[in-house]
Amino acid sequence: MKLTLKIWRQQNTKDKGKFESYQVSDVSKDMSFLELFDVLNERLINEGKDPVAFDHDCREGICGACSMYINGRAHGPWDETTTCQLHMRAYNDGDTIVVEPWRAKAFPVIKDLTVDRSAFDRIIQAGGYISVNTGNAVDANAIPIDKFDADNAFAAAACIGCGACVAACKNSSAMLFTSAKVSQLALLPQGHPERKQRAMDMVAQMDKEGFGSCTNTGACEAECPKGISLTNIARLNREFIGAGLTSEG
Amino acid sequence: MLNAKIPAGPMEAKWADYKSHVKLVNPANKRKLEVIIVGTGLAGASAAAALAELGYKVKAFCFQDSARRAHSIAAQGGINAAKNYQNDGDSVFRLFYDTVKGGDYRAREGNVYRLAEVSASIIDQCVAQGVPFAREYGGLLSNRSFGGTQVQRTFYAAGQTGQQLLLGAYSALQRQVALGNVKLYSRHEMLDVVTVDGKARGIIARDLISGKLERHFGHAVLLCTGGYGNVFYLSTNAMGSNVTAAWKAHKRGAYFGNPCFTQIHPTCIPVSGDHQSKLTLMSESLRNDGRIWVPKKKDDNRKAVDIPEEERDYYLERRYPAFGNLVPRDVASRAAKERCDAGYGVGTSKMAVYLDYAEAIVRYGQIEASKKGLDHASEEEIIKWGKAVVAEKYGNLFDMYAKITGENPYEMPMRIYPAVHYTMGGLWVDYELMTTVPGLYALGEANFSDHGANRLGASALMQGLADGYFVIPYTVGNYLADEIHTKPIPLDHPAFVETEKAVQAQLDTLMNIKGEHSVDHFHKALGKIMWDKCGMARNEAGLKEAIVEIQALKAEFWKNVRIPGSQDEFNPELEKAGRVADFIELGELMCMDALQRRESCGGHFREESQEDGGEALRDDANFQFVAAWEYKGPSSFELHKEHLDFEIVKPTQRNYK
Ligand SMILES: Cc1cc2nc3c(=O)[nH]c(=O)nc-3n(C[C@H](O)[C@H](O)[C@H](O)COP(=O)(O)OP(=O)(O)OC[C@H]3O[C@@H](n4cnc5c(N)ncnc54)[C@H](O)[C@@H]3O)c2cc1C
Ligand code: SF4
Ligand code: FES
Repeated sequence: MKLTLKIWRQQNTKDKGKFESYQVSDVSKDMSFLELFDVLNERLINEGKDPVAFDHDCREGICGACSMYINGRAHGPWDETTTCQLHMRAYNDGDTIVVEPWRAKAFPVIKDLTVDRSAFDRIIQAGGYISVNTGNAVDANAIPIDKFDADNAFAAAACIGCGACVAACKNSSAMLFTSAKVSQLALLPQGHPERKQRAMDMVAQMDKEGFGSCTNTGACEAECPKGISLTNIARLNREFIGAGLTSEG
Repeated sequence: MLNAKIPAGPMEAKWADYKSHVKLVNPANKRKLEVIIVGTGLAGASAAAALAELGYKVKAFCFQDSARRAHSIAAQGGINAAKNYQNDGDSVFRLFYDTVKGGDYRAREGNVYRLAEVSASIIDQCVAQGVPFAREYGGLLSNRSFGGTQVQRTFYAAGQTGQQLLLGAYSALQRQVALGNVKLYSRHEMLDVVTVDGKARGIIARDLISGKLERHFGHAVLLCTGGYGNVFYLSTNAMGSNVTAAWKAHKRGAYFGNPCFTQIHPTCIPVSGDHQSKLTLMSESLRNDGRIWVPKKKDDNRKAVDIPEEERDYYLERRYPAFGNLVPRDVASRAAKERCDAGYGVGTSKMAVYLDYAEAIVRYGQIEASKKGLDHASEEEIIKWGKAVVAEKYGNLFDMYAKITGENPYEMPMRIYPAVHYTMGGLWVDYELMTTVPGLYALGEANFSDHGANRLGASALMQGLADGYFVIPYTVGNYLADEIHTKPIPLDHPAFVETEKAVQAQLDTLMNIKGEHSVDHFHKALGKIMWDKCGMARNEAGLKEAIVEIQALKAEFWKNVRIPGSQDEFNPELEKAGRVADFIELGELMCMDALQRRESCGGHFREESQEDGGEALRDDANFQFVAAWEYKGPSSFELHKEHLDFEIVKPTQRNYK
C-alpha cells in the first residue's frame, strides 16, 4: 500500500508546531501502526532528517505509553485498541492519515507526538492508594470479597493511564481516569477507611492540574482502549457527594 | 574469592536466623541515609516503597514517562506463592524444590528457599494494597496451575497479573512520593555508577527531555533495571528494556552472572516480515488445552483444516508421552525449532507450528451438552458451545491473536513460534542481593537470581516482589548500619566529576560519528547474530564465529552509526544508541559464556552435549557452578566460579518422557 501521512511536528513545548506530509510506500497490511512509524523514521534518518518522536514501550496494549490521535480518534479507528495494537489492515491503498498528539492543557507537548502526562501521576499521589505499610498485611483470604465486586474492581483497575479519555473529551476532563481508580478502591473493603478523603483529594488535584469538568458526553468511554465504563464516573460522583455531605460531621 | 554469604544452619532456619541477627538502623539515622533506586518495575517500586516506609530517603529513577509503565506491567499469566489454599499438597518446600529442579540445578538453594518462604507474604501484601486478584464465588482467592507443576499455586488477575501487581506497588510508591519520602525522576536514564573508595556512592543520570547530565548521591545504589532480552533485537520485552545500567555497573566492577542463560518462550506469535519490531507472547496457559502439531509431510502447503488427522505429527505428545504439550518451556521451544529446521514448519515463513484448539472446542462442547442433558446435540451445537467455553477462558488471548494476525483462531489453528522472553543471567549478587561492588545491589530480573538455567512460569513476579518488599529492607540495613557516619558526598567530588566526564565523552563520541546507518540497523544485525548462533541451540564453531562477527559489528558501529538531532534535546535515537552500544558488548560476553559452558542445562543447549535421543545433557562434574565474569577491559573478561552445593535437592537428569 501507499499512504499519505500528515503528522504534527513540534520541536519542543515552546514551538508552535505544524503539520507535515509524508508519503510512505510498501506498507504491508501486517504492520502495526507503530511499525509504520518505524519505517518512516528509518527513512527520515537515512535522509538526514529528524525522525518523528512518539511514546511507546510495550507494543502490546498494556503500558499505556503510545498516544496518537489518528484521523480524529484517540488510538485510531479500532474499538478498544491502543495505537500499538492497531494494524495497517485497517487502511486501504491511497488513504491519507492525519496524526496528532493528545491535545489538552494538562498534557503539554514535549516533542511531536510525545506529551507530558505526569499530571496523572500527581492525581494518584493525591490519594490513589491504600495506606498500608509493607509487612502489616493480614492473610490474603482473611477478608472474603464478593466476586461481583472483585470483578468490577478489576474492570476499573484495568485502566492503563494512557490519557485517551482526556484527548477524546471536548472539555479535556480526566474524570474517567480518576473515577476508575476511585471506583476500584471504593469497591474493595480494604479501600473503605480512606474512601471519602480519597475522592475529595483526587478530584481536587484533577482540578488543580487544569483538566476540564465532566459534562457526561461519553466520548471518553467510547475511545477508551480498555473499555473503562462510565458507571465509574457515576460511582465517583456518589463517593464525592457522600464525602462532601459528611466531611464536617 | 566469591562469597555468597549464605547463612549457616539448616535450610529452613537460614532466613529467620539472618533476620534475627542482622544489624539495624535506628529511625533517626534512617532519615539521614539516602538510597538511590534505579527502576520502578516490580522490584524497584516495591523496594522504593518499602524503604521509604522504613524512613530512608529514597530517589527513584525510570526512563519511561511514568513509573507505572515499567515493563513488569506486561506480565500476563500470574504469580506463584506457597499458600496451599487449594489443599493440594503445596508447601514452602515444594515450591523451593520445583524451582531448583525447574532451574536445572543451577540456582543457589539458600536463595531459592528464602524466595519460597516469603512468597506467601507477597500475596497478603498485594491484597492489602487492593490488587484485584481473581476470586471464586465464595469470595476467596482463585488459583490456576502453570508451567507443568502439579499443584495450583498461581494467583492471577485475568491475563493482566503484572499490570495489577505493578499498579499496587506503584500506588505504594506514589503514596511515599506524596509523603515526601521518595523523590521520583521519570524520563531519566542512569548512565553510570559513581564509586568512591570502592563503594557505590551515586549515579550519573541524563534528563531525557533536556538532555542534561545530573549527579545524584546515595549511601547505597539499587539497580532494579530489568532483563536484557532485547540483545536479540526481537523479543517479548518492551522496546525500551535494556542492559545499560547493569552493563555500566559491570564495567565499574560488578561481576556478571551466567550471562548466556536466556529463556526462549515456546508460544509467541511468529515474525510476519522485515518490519517486525517486537514479538508478542501468547500466555503459557494456552498449552493447557491446545495441541501442538506440524504436518507429517515436508513443505506441506495445504491449509491446516485440509490436513487429515493421520497426516499430523503431534510431536510433543509423540516425544514426551508423560508431559505431552505441557513440557517445560525450554523443551517445548527446542522441539518446535527442530521440526521447523527439518522442514516441517507452517505458514508463509515456514518458521511456525500449529497450536490447535479444535479438539478442545469439541471436548468442552460435549461437556456443555451433557450439562444440558442433551445426548443427541448436533455437531454444530457442540462446536458453538465449545467455542463459548474457550472464549470465556482464553478470549482475550484469542482476540489479541486475531488483531495481530488478522486470522480467526476459533476457526483455524494459531501459528506460534518460540521467542526470547526472559534472561536468567544478570548481575551476580550474594545472599544480601549485593553485587561485588560494596553498596551496589541488584534486584529483580537484573540480578542473576534464583532461576538457575531456566525460570518456571509465574516466578519472576514472585522474585521481583520478594526482593523489593521482603529481602532488601533487611539486607540493605545490614550495610547502611555502618554508614551512619558517612556524610553525603558533595557533588563536586572528583569521583562525580570524572564519571560525568566519561559519560559526556561517550555522548560526544556518539553524536560526532555522523555515519551512514541508523541505530536500528546495528541492533538488527546484532540480533541476527545472537539468534542464529547464541539462541536456542549453540555450538562451539558458531559461538566462535559470533564473537568475531560481534567484534566487527562493534567496530563498524563506532565508525558508522548515524544519530540525528542533538544531545541537548529529547532525542530517542541517542538513547537507543547508548543502549545498543552496551548490548553489543554484552552479546560478546554472552557468547563467551555459552562457549565456556560445554554442557546443556535449562535454556542453554549446547549441541555437543545431548543424549542419543536429542535431549539436553547436563555435566554436573564440570559445570555445577555459577559463572561470574569480571570486566577487564574491552573484549576482555575473567571467569570466576561460584560452586553450587546441593544439600537437599539432589541433581538428577530432568526427564519428561
Ligand atoms: C510479555 C511478558 C509476560 C510475562 N509474564 C510473566 C508472568 O506471567 N509471570 C511472571 O512471573 N513473570 C512474567 N514475565 C517476566 C516478568 O514480567 C519480568 O521478569 C519482571 O516483571 C521484571 O521486573 P523488574 O522489576 O525486574 O524489571 P522491569 O519491570 O523491566 O523494570 C525495569 C525498570 O528499570 C528502569 N530502567 C532500566 N534501565 C534504566 C536506566 N538505565 N535508567 C533508569 N531507569 C532504568 C525502567 O524504566 C523500569 O522502570 C513476563 C515477561 C514478559 C516480557
Ligand atoms: S480510562 Fe481508558 S482512556 Fe482513560 S487513561 Fe484509563 S485506559 Fe486510557
Ligand atoms: S506501547 Fe504500550 S500500550 Fe501501546
